[in-house]
Amino acid sequence: MISLSAKEKGKNFSFVLPALIVFTLFYIYPFFYTFVLSFQDYDLISDAKFVGLTNFRETLGDKDWWGAMYNGGFITFWALTFQNILALMLAMAVFKVVRMNKFYRVTFFLLPILSEIIIGVLMKQLLVSEPIGKDVFNHLLRNAGLGSMTQEWLGTDRVRLITALVHCWKGFGWAFVIFLAGLHNIPDHLYEAARIDGANSWQCFWKITLPLLMPVLTLVFVLTILGTMQAFAMILALTDGAGGLTVVPVMRIYDHIRGSQAGLACAEGLVLGAILIAVSFTMFFISKKIRKKYGVLQS
Amino acid sequence: MSNLKRLFLILICIVMIAGCMPAGSKQKSERIVIWHWIIDRKDTFDALAKMYKDQTGIEVEFKLFFPPDIYRQKVITVARAQKLPDIFGILGEKKILASFIKAGHVLNLNSYMDADDASWRNRFYPQTLGLVTFNEANNYGVDEGVYGVPIDTTLMQFIYNKALFKKAGLNPSEAPETFDQFLDYAKKIKKAVGVEGFVCGWRERWLLNSVATEWAINIMGEDKFIKTIKGEVPYTDEDWIRVFSLFATLRESGILSSNIGTMTNKESEDAFSKGKAVFSFNGSWAVNVYKQLNPDLDYAFFSLPKASDKFPVKIWGGAGSSFMVNAKSPNKDKAVAFLNWLSDVEQQEFLARETNNLPSIKGCESIPEVLRPLLKDMDSLTHPNIWPYNEDYRVTEVFNRGLQQIVMGISTPEEVAREVQNSKERISRK
Repeated sequence: MISLSAKEKGKNFSFVLPALIVFTLFYIYPFFYTFVLSFQDYDLISDAKFVGLTNFRETLGDKDWWGAMYNGGFITFWALTFQNILALMLAMAVFKVVRMNKFYRVTFFLLPILSEIIIGVLMKQLLVSEPIGKDVFNHLLRNAGLGSMTQEWLGTDRVRLITALVHCWKGFGWAFVIFLAGLHNIPDHLYEAARIDGANSWQCFWKITLPLLMPVLTLVFVLTILGTMQAFAMILALTDGAGGLTVVPVMRIYDHIRGSQAGLACAEGLVLGAILIAVSFTMFFISKKIRKKYGVLQS
Repeated sequence: MSNLKRLFLILICIVMIAGCMPAGSKQKSERIVIWHWIIDRKDTFDALAKMYKDQTGIEVEFKLFFPPDIYRQKVITVARAQKLPDIFGILGEKKILASFIKAGHVLNLNSYMDADDASWRNRFYPQTLGLVTFNEANNYGVDEGVYGVPIDTTLMQFIYNKALFKKAGLNPSEAPETFDQFLDYAKKIKKAVGVEGFVCGWRERWLLNSVATEWAINIMGEDKFIKTIKGEVPYTDEDWIRVFSLFATLRESGILSSNIGTMTNKESEDAFSKGKAVFSFNGSWAVNVYKQLNPDLDYAFFSLPKASDKFPVKIWGGAGSSFMVNAKSPNKDKAVAFLNWLSDVEQQEFLARETNNLPSIKGCESIPEVLRPLLKDMDSLTHPNIWPYNEDYRVTEVFNRGLQQIVMGISTPEEVAREVQNSKERISRK
């Protein structure tokens, strides 16, 4: 082991110091301040008052908060299933396509890099009838001779589902790129050996692709849960909560910050954070179990 | 390390240290700085500043921060840093103004208002000044006083498109007076002309709250309304069910624009100005908006269509925009003098003419024609900021969302009434 002099240690430390300062100022300090504020009644102007666990009690006993969690969970369910299955299927298709491979990658990745607000406003114009929107989707249906299928797409009976689908449409590109990278990492010789042994495509998928993609799948699932439960801007622009039907947790936090209830908003943020951390660890635990079962991970 | 790099590092260090240093001591200057968010009045404010400089030699600088949400956050942040300008506006509920006052940021204008036999105070419409006034026994724990200078008045009214009335064969000078008449007219015009019956930005829930408040006061009177806030009358009372039912009736009648629950006020203004709807509910600021969107729009304001003859109609309104004086400003006397000048007849008429907003003071003759009929309603104004009690924000949240759910067909009036009352009881128990 190389022993370093104090001067050398100081010199080395000076390299990480700027990053450490930035990290402390913009990540660690705000986190602890959020934690402190969650125990206080603070309107952002007057001095904060310590109120103990009141904000947490209020959050946990608030029917609307759990309603927002349900809405977030509903959208997350669709993102975990529809969005990720679509992303996986497209990734597998593009993986096998030799020509125009890069074109597809760029095209599918365009949506996630667009602003959420732009997607929300654009979809509103496409889906909502006049006088608010342009009713483009219904016009297209009518022109295609499918007039009987036209409807109020953001009507109360389907606004939650449509919001979830718009979220999936915007977000599948992320999962697509990660899945594609995961597919590239699976050694070709495994497929070649399986083919020699007489395995068909379906068996290759279940016995090779899926188990070896498990770490990537876990990562995508965790990122999907974290991203979707914190979805906000697109939903705000598209429906602004639609009378509670699409109110998501971050929307409530935002409303409380705007209403000068910073302490309550911080408590809600911490409750949401704790739930997401618990779900993420559960996902990793389940993934580990599955990988063990398939022999991908040695015990 | 090269000399150039060393110089660059030193410069960065100097800039960073300078940025962390407290600002130098404030000194009196001949320049008053005002922060505001009112984008459509920028040029008018600049013109007024020029007039003031010509008359007094004192320079006034209006600094615009837009949009209002950004402005609001900026004012809160600089208040914490004790760097507020000489004059500023506060956006939001009265409790936010109270927080600013309690933190010592806003000057109490009582002594200035009451000088010379209260000549400055007496200039204003009482309801307009009431929005920035705290009475002796207020619930906010604020010392009694006037803490702002209203520069205009806003009131919420129903609006109708006269041209569409004519097209449908109705008399354009006869606006509906009752709720039933309103429904009848809207249905007739919708059928005859093929436009929406009623548009409003009910995605912005306060707009629903304001029209519900007007109907509630019309149906049960102001006393019973305030008693509900105090917790002496439940929201499940039959009068309240009647108020909620009006919204259900509006929905069932088919006159509401589709997606009205997700419509912003800007979208509603756009639709109404283009003649896509016969009725709307909006603030008096709409005059300026419609003028910009469609100068040829033929329309008129009318009061709330009465749902009862038992109690008089009250109009939701009061100070549209107000300016506060920074209590810690070295220029506070100059700032007060400027606001006194700004709220005088000549300047108020100039503001009304240029911006199409109602004046905050009495006696303004030279104002746009379309605003003139609204002056008769100045004595019937009501607003949460002048009530002796205010509803808890959590109850208001449930109330507003409930109204939205009724117009969207998600909940019934009875369900909403129960939910609001449950929320009220849950919060009262705490």
